Amino acid sequence: MENKHGRVEFTKAMKKDYTILIPNMAPIHFNLIKNVFTNHGYRAVLLENNGPQVVQEGLKYVHNDMCYPALLVIGQMIDALNSGLYDPDKTALVISQTGGGCRASNYIFLLRKALQRAGYEQIPVISLNLKGLERNPGFKLTVPMLLQAFAGLIYGDLLMLLKNQVRPYEVDAGSADALVERWIETLSAQFKRGRGWSFPAMRRNLAAIVESFARIEIKHVPKVKVGIVGEIYMKYASLGNNNLEQLLADEDCEVMLPGILGFIMYGCDNSETDRAIYGGRFWTTIGTKLVMKLLKKVEGMSIDAVKRFPQFLPPAPYTQTKALDDGVIGYGCKMGEGWLLTAEMLELAENGYANIVCTQPFGCLPNHICGKGMIRKIKEKVPHANIVPIDYDPSATHVNQENRIKLMLAVAREELQKVQAESSG
Amino acid sequence: MKIGLDVGSTTLKCVVLSDSGELLHASYERHYSQIPTKTAEVLRNILPLVGGMSPNLAISGSAGMGMSQACDIPFVQEVYATRLAANIYIPGTDVIIELGGEDAKILFLDGGLEVRMNGSCAGGTGAFIDQMATLLGVTQEDMDHLAAQATEMYTIASRCGVFAKSDIQPLINQGAKREDIAASIFSAVVNQTIAGLAQGRPIKGRVAYLGGPLTFMSQLRKQFDATLHVQGVCPENSLFYVALGAANYAQGNGADIPGLIDRLENYHKHASFLSIDPLFSGETEYQEFVRRHAQATVPCVSPKEYRGPVFLGIDAGSTTVKATCVTENGEILYQRYQGNTGNPVPIIREYLQTFMIENPHLPITAAAVTGYGEEIVKNAFRVDFGVVETIAHFTAAKRFMPEVDFIIDIGGQDIKCFKIHNGTIDNIFLNEACSSGCGSFLQTFANTLGYSIEDFARLGIYGKHPVDLGSRCTVFMNSSVKQAQKDGATIEDISAGLSISVVKNALYKVIRATSAEELGRHVVVQGGTFLNDVVLRAFENELGTHVVRPSVAGLMGAYGAALHAMKQVQKQGTWNGSSLLSLEEISKLKHEVRSVRCNRCSNHCQLTINTFDGGRRFISGNRCEKPVTNAKLDEDVTLRNIYAWKQARLKSYGPVPGAPRGEIGIPLCLNMYELLPFWHSFFTSLGFSVVVSPFSNRKLYLDGQATIPSDTVCFPAKLAHGHVQYLVDQGVKRIFYPCMSYNVDEHHGDNHFNCPVVAYYPEVIGANMGELQESSVDFIKEYVGLNRRRTFERRMSEILAPRFRDITETEIRSASKQAYEALRSYMTDMRDAGQRIIAHARETGKPIIVLSGRPYHVDPEVNHGIDQLILSFGASIVSEDVISVFSRKDKRNVLNQWTYHARLYDAAKRIRNENDMQLVQLVSFGCGLDAVTTDEVREILEDAGKIYTQIKIDEITNLGAVKIRLRSLFAAVGW
Repeated sequence: MENKHGRVEFTKAMKKDYTILIPNMAPIHFNLIKNVFTNHGYRAVLLENNGPQVVQEGLKYVHNDMCYPALLVIGQMIDALNSGLYDPDKTALVISQTGGGCRASNYIFLLRKALQRAGYEQIPVISLNLKGLERNPGFKLTVPMLLQAFAGLIYGDLLMLLKNQVRPYEVDAGSADALVERWIETLSAQFKRGRGWSFPAMRRNLAAIVESFARIEIKHVPKVKVGIVGEIYMKYASLGNNNLEQLLADEDCEVMLPGILGFIMYGCDNSETDRAIYGGRFWTTIGTKLVMKLLKKVEGMSIDAVKRFPQFLPPAPYTQTKALDDGVIGYGCKMGEGWLLTAEMLELAENGYANIVCTQPFGCLPNHICGKGMIRKIKEKVPHANIVPIDYDPSATHVNQENRIKLMLAVAREELQKVQAESSG
Repeated sequence: MKIGLDVGSTTLKCVVLSDSGELLHASYERHYSQIPTKTAEVLRNILPLVGGMSPNLAISGSAGMGMSQACDIPFVQEVYATRLAANIYIPGTDVIIELGGEDAKILFLDGGLEVRMNGSCAGGTGAFIDQMATLLGVTQEDMDHLAAQATEMYTIASRCGVFAKSDIQPLINQGAKREDIAASIFSAVVNQTIAGLAQGRPIKGRVAYLGGPLTFMSQLRKQFDATLHVQGVCPENSLFYVALGAANYAQGNGADIPGLIDRLENYHKHASFLSIDPLFSGETEYQEFVRRHAQATVPCVSPKEYRGPVFLGIDAGSTTVKATCVTENGEILYQRYQGNTGNPVPIIREYLQTFMIENPHLPITAAAVTGYGEEIVKNAFRVDFGVVETIAHFTAAKRFMPEVDFIIDIGGQDIKCFKIHNGTIDNIFLNEACSSGCGSFLQTFANTLGYSIEDFARLGIYGKHPVDLGSRCTVFMNSSVKQAQKDGATIEDISAGLSISVVKNALYKVIRATSAEELGRHVVVQGGTFLNDVVLRAFENELGTHVVRPSVAGLMGAYGAALHAMKQVQKQGTWNGSSLLSLEEISKLKHEVRSVRCNRCSNHCQLTINTFDGGRRFISGNRCEKPVTNAKLDEDVTLRNIYAWKQARLKSYGPVPGAPRGEIGIPLCLNMYELLPFWHSFFTSLGFSVVVSPFSNRKLYLDGQATIPSDTVCFPAKLAHGHVQYLVDQGVKRIFYPCMSYNVDEHHGDNHFNCPVVAYYPEVIGANMGELQESSVDFIKEYVGLNRRRTFERRMSEILAPRFRDITETEIRSASKQAYEALRSYMTDMRDAGQRIIAHARETGKPIIVLSGRPYHVDPEVNHGIDQLILSFGASIVSEDVISVFSRKDKRNVLNQWTYHARLYDAAKRIRNENDMQLVQLVSFGCGLDAVTTDEVREILEDAGKIYTQIKIDEITNLGAVKIRLRSLFAAVGW
């Protein structure tokens, strides 16, 4: 089954009866994407297993100085394989592969090494990338599949945005979450019928989503607003950030997480910046320019849909966010979350989410630069920014993390009271 | 009435305020992690004061957080509480520095409020000072007195207790004065606090010191004053600011104190911590286990009945001294295992005296010494042989299991494991600075909880729900343990849990094993830590196999040394008796310790000179042999050491006087160690006088440390701050330090990136060094790449044109031509020099070490003189970039997309068939990418049957451990 590079390929025959395991990152988005896989004839399972065993397996099979997301993603997969739920001779794994200067681009190799050491060398690993880095005969990202997955991400971003804006204020507890569930079902059903991903359909769906959230009864009370930014896995995955969103909800906060679309646009945009700095032929960026145009159009649709309801804060347009970095950090800083992370913090701070948790794996290289390295500069620009960087790793204790977050919240509450006192007096 | 509680990580503070704010009661005590019980007790004590009232109450502190939720008490974050109190009691204060049991905080009150608190990786706190005091064998109070009398300062890392320990232990072993060590520890704490928390914001104005350590230790305050150039004050009630803040925060309708006491006392009943299966199912299983291990014993012979040769073995370890005398059959005559509170000399002296006086009929035939204190002991007592620890342990283990193929030794401070293949040591794993803290960690922990290590270990046997503490740096475990206790874990559970985690640490962190088969079939465990049955059991459980623990597990180093002495004597044929001091000489042994600074080169090592009578001397702290041999090496070192060659060459790039366009500064940091020839040539030919910062040194680092925003970034990056600061201090008004996503493309990998830190560190410098704006320095950090010359020239025009209107494109083109040529010739010259070194070594029959890393590992402050150490062992040194070009591009099992990393793989591949070459990889602590490279380089080498040696280096590195590693390598390959 091994190809000439010694890699186990996912063959056409495997497509029929192999189960593909997908690691979880952002639950709303990834549930939608999993359903896209299913609709295209793959047996896909989104991994939900968590708990200390995941970390243990990760520690066992991944170099302990490797970043925490690698440890968790690989640990989650090995733990799933060990659970006995999946026949190792009928299971494949899928993992994304980026290919930037950050060490995260090594995940797939580490996963293969780990599988070998754990005795699962027969399991094929599918690389999910848009650059044709590795090919598998049995797995093809077709255009409809890609576009559906993309639509899934857009819907996911919007559902996450609205859920976060509604849930803290809902009168009937649980209504926002229930609505998200309903939409995941509705949208997946549309995908199954081959619908829901054309532009007109997206426009309709986006509008309907916003409208449905606007119908949830809410009671507005002033709450501390907290933005979450950081390394992409740590930011979204509750397995990584020790249920940060829940912790903040328990502390009676409203949270805001910038969407995944921004990260995609950032990745696309960087190839253009790269050409300007390091050279290269014009045609190499024609493709990305076209994609960028498309992304901006979709972004506009989403923003317009939210704008119709003034009670909601629409997502900040990419170009506007990007502009905030001017004079703060160079646009050539493109590894990991790069300049986008700095820009997101600035954007949040200027739009009412001045209290920010910046999440990163312990020792995350890019975040030394664009996370922790830029806080001073951000505070120069937005003095009331109240940022706490939190490192996550298998042994970082919740006590210290929680304590530091509570410190950030104490300052935030004081600020909130001051603002309230000013507006009432 | 208001009550404020501050439950810190080690202490519990309680204050009671009257309605008018008058302080009615204040108490301060250690809680020994019995948090709910102690809190209840403290509250009970103030019940008379409360009477029938229902005072308002709030709780604060890291350990109070969980309890506040469970028992429904209002909680206020501690830093916030401090500020609340500061605003009331010491208004007008600009900065507060507060050190607590496990945390360090700086509060900036003037201007924009900012509060900083240490994150997950930070020592330099009360618990750290506590640990250090234990290490010195003094109380905290004594430590303060000692520090007051210091005359010399040593550099000690305070980033985490384990690092510091590995700095301090050699100092103690080498006989440095406690006064000096104590003061150095304080200075380390100060540096840590500033480097970790100030993050570029200057600490000035009215400074207040709060918290236990700063209240109790005047010398610590003095150190802060001196470093910050301020006159800080320690206000009244400085211990109670958090509690006072909590009391002032308390509001509401009053709390029911007796009810609360009830709730606290019932609190521990809701246990909810992660636990593992118990180690023993019951007493029977434990007894069976004890019986099985009782089989591996060494017979003891009474010295009174023995006549014959006697061999002495000494193991002067990091925290214990072990000595044993054995018969010609290897039976034990006399043994000693004793804690080493500093200087091993008096302990051994006493041991030898006792043995010699009691047994005048048994002269010692030969003696050998091993361990950290090997050299000093050897010098003091004229011991016949010195032996590397690893070899000593192997010799001993063979005695118990001739077919042994794996030995693991967990000692006080280090883990050593060796794989044995065909009767020789085939692979060595030593713990890196970060994962040590093994046996002595358990010991310190037992003491903190108020138990002796023996009692503590015994309790673990009966732990029903051992706490799952994971397997990582043991320093972090302090707070994990606290959390478990908070959640109701018993001492039994914690003892068992800690032992299990020590084992996991050894297995998954140091050896990185996944199964027992991988380790070998015949495993011998040793070291004092394995005398602890819980550790032993956890080890067997984790491996799923039975192992041999010799009865003298704690003594194996000494026992092996004795056997080694015996073997040496047999090997030599004729033996004229031991050179060991006689009883008379031992009795009047004099030992003086002096500390001086070596001035033989620019390193200026802090030397500790031990003098014994008869003119015997032992010098430590030296990085090279100059102070020892007292001679200059006449030989051209650049013919033996590429690091020396690179240093000499890099020093030659200086400013050209009278340059028309003025000065431009280049910080010699990170990738500049390789690109300096390029940029120097580029700007020199454009008519600039290029000012280059010098090689790093301690002072240069400290000068820049206050502006480091991320305390976990690698040390080479941290140094960049010092280099830029140097240039600013020199009055340079223009500094060039470009961002570069891409490195030079050598076409040996799938891409040619720089690592994120190398690529973008200029951004961090620009954003955090306020000095640049204040001194109106033009800091040029634009993005450039060198792989397309045309684009490079265009970029440089874009960058320089707005600054120098008169620079023409022709000039830039010509400068760029020269720059590319300069870099090319530098690389060629360097490789030629490397080839000469290899040829010279082969002519003279010397082995060659490929000391690999990154270009910046050439900096002497980064590599800590490890190259000189290797040189002193008689090997020649080349670097990875000398030989990497001779390998062809290859498919790797990892993504091979960083230029520097591709060189590592290629170098490793290149030496696979060279018997006179071994590779040693330098890895900077915190280098995330080396998590990828180290495994891959190891695989390449081990596939070819070679030994992989990794040396982790940081701000400060314990050369003692490095020495053992290298000597073991040399011994293993038979050099």
